[in-house]
Amino acid sequence: MSLGVAVFLVMAIVIVLSAWGVVVARNPVRSALSLVINFFTLALLYFGMHFDLLGISQILVYTGLIMMLFLFCILLLNLGAPDTLFEPSLFKRSIAWFTGGVLVLAVASQVIGPLAVADAGPSAPQGFGEAGSVGKALFTGWVYAFEIASVLLLVGIVGSILLAKRRD
Amino acid sequence: MEGVPLYAYILLSALMFAIGTAGVIIKRNPIIIFMCIELMLNAANLSFLAFAKYHTAPLATTPLEAWNVHMTGQMAVVFVMAVAAAEVAVGLGIIMAIFRMRHGVDIDEMSSMRG
Amino acid sequence: MLETLAATEPAQGDSVWWALLRIAIMLGFVLAIVPGLIWWERRLLSWFQDRIGPNRVGPFGLLQPIADGVKLFFKEDITPATVDRLLYFLAPAVALFPAFAIWATIPWGPDARLTPIADVDVAILYILAISSLGVYGLFLGGWASNNKYSLLGGLRSAAQMVSYELAMGVALACVILATGSLRLTEVVNMQFEPLWGVVPWMQNWFILTPWGFVAGIIFLITMVAETNRAPFDLPEAESELISGFHTEYSSMKFAVFFMGEYATMLAFSGIFAAVFLGGWSPLPLNWEYLALRANDASLPWLASTLTFIGGPIAAPIWMVGKMFGGITFYVWLRATLPRLRYDQLMNVGWKYLLPIAALNFVVVAIWMQFGWFALLGALVVLFLLYVNVVVFLARGRRDGDDEMLTLVNPQVHTEKTIEVSRS
Repeated sequence: MSLGVAVFLVMAIVIVLSAWGVVVARNPVRSALSLVINFFTLALLYFGMHFDLLGISQILVYTGLIMMLFLFCILLLNLGAPDTLFEPSLFKRSIAWFTGGVLVLAVASQVIGPLAVADAGPSAPQGFGEAGSVGKALFTGWVYAFEIASVLLLVGIVGSILLAKRRD
Repeated sequence: MEGVPLYAYILLSALMFAIGTAGVIIKRNPIIIFMCIELMLNAANLSFLAFAKYHTAPLATTPLEAWNVHMTGQMAVVFVMAVAAAEVAVGLGIIMAIFRMRHGVDIDEMSSMRG
Repeated sequence: MLETLAATEPAQGDSVWWALLRIAIMLGFVLAIVPGLIWWERRLLSWFQDRIGPNRVGPFGLLQPIADGVKLFFKEDITPATVDRLLYFLAPAVALFPAFAIWATIPWGPDARLTPIADVDVAILYILAISSLGVYGLFLGGWASNNKYSLLGGLRSAAQMVSYELAMGVALACVILATGSLRLTEVVNMQFEPLWGVVPWMQNWFILTPWGFVAGIIFLITMVAETNRAPFDLPEAESELISGFHTEYSSMKFAVFFMGEYATMLAFSGIFAAVFLGGWSPLPLNWEYLALRANDASLPWLASTLTFIGGPIAAPIWMVGKMFGGITFYVWLRATLPRLRYDQLMNVGWKYLLPIAALNFVVVAIWMQFGWFALLGALVVLFLLYVNVVVFLARGRRDGDDEMLTLVNPQVHTEKTIEVSRS
């Protein structure tokens, strides 16, 4: 086993365990922190895949802002009390894990099987995850999508301010 | 990370997605459900990036085209992040508004839109 | 991870041993200097307040931090009964992590083998990302303590840091736009060019350009807010929150929180020096040009002195000097300004810093594209526009009553919760 595979395995285990923690933790704050660990490790995985810019954006956007918003909301609504709002019905729980298992099996049989047979190794050219190349692509081939995304963000800002400002 | 095959990334992504799905079904706290959706979005991001790194572009004729095929996955991830940010701002705003209206956030009790 | 760092690094010093050496130098420096900073802050603060300060332990009280450290080590480590144990223990460690991680891309001198640890091509984004992680330690500490005041401190720090990070990001984006690079080493090297492209004997420190001055001031304010120092120390406001997020912490855990805070302050001073104050050059003078001139005037001793001042050996000295200048500035602010109110804090961040920084972004574009005369014209037009808007808004303006403020401000907060629970 090479060093790369070992590093990948460690990260994969952390990612899966922390994702599991999001679901099984009874305390919302712990669940959110588990998700923070998940996103941070995912960012490290992106670095390992040489996606420098996206790894940094992952930390900046997900761990730095989105999860902070989640935690802020949880504390503001004071949902900190333990074992609140956990699904009590065993039937629903087993249905949920069954669905998840079926999903994994479906993906494994239909996608991973063929991929494992026809594995060619990474083919991406050198330096395609760097800030420069991502920026160039954003402002050439994907410029319309980029501008529309900025409009979407503006709509998001206006919408959230409207929701927060409403008096009832 | 040399020597890691593509299907390892896809399997990891599938596992994350499955756990997220299970969480959406199990949990009754809308904020946690929201977080599970973020988990699923990130699983999708991971597979986008894995394919962006490993995918070969047999149909591309020019170098620019081949380059763009490799960039597509990254672009998708950039836009997923932008959408997720907007979504979280609005979604958490809605949850806060609901909480203020009815002082509880059990998802099973949020049924006022039912006909 | 080593692969990533190695792949993006220049070939020089490209081995694990050099990397370990760089890390050792950085860690040794930070760990050794933090006690000195605490001594400096206490002494300086006491001079500001017309008293003597710690002067008994060692010469000039220099050994005072060591005595403090020994005291903190041997103090009883109290863990309150109702805390969330795991997170309560984790919080100081989580607070310390970004304080050290942020040093990874700060360059000290021109030698690429010794500094910075990783000369990655996303260095400025890295700094933003890591500093955004700084809030978790405070937040966790506040939440895990299971104490109303600590929780309020944690909430405040979250809101404050998220708000001020935006302005900081836009201020740094101005620099990125001007340099066209996210590498900190390149940002520093860009500042060694002739001032405004026309004054050959001076260096183009970004603080000396009009847009850089604005961006620098904004960065300076946001960096004080990001490190939770006075006058932005609302998360630990002693007078209202009983030192906020670390109320329940004692002994070494308390010391670790403080170490993280001082290391972050020093790091931000270093970033400010690298991005706006010309990095490792002591004065905005073009040393090579001046040395050539001195040679022309047949003053070889002056030429060699000038070369030494601008050279690689003296570089770390100037950089560290600028970091100390930054710390002194922090202390000066703390001694001078009273703490902001919460609504004032939010107003400054959202209504002044962010719009000014965004406007400055346009100014940079004009400056880089058309030069200073176009910038002057644009500024005049904008000023007239601004006056118009202000006159328009001055009629029928009412002071904002933000929902967020009423929720987080403690006095109003209690009323709010009572109101919610009653109805």
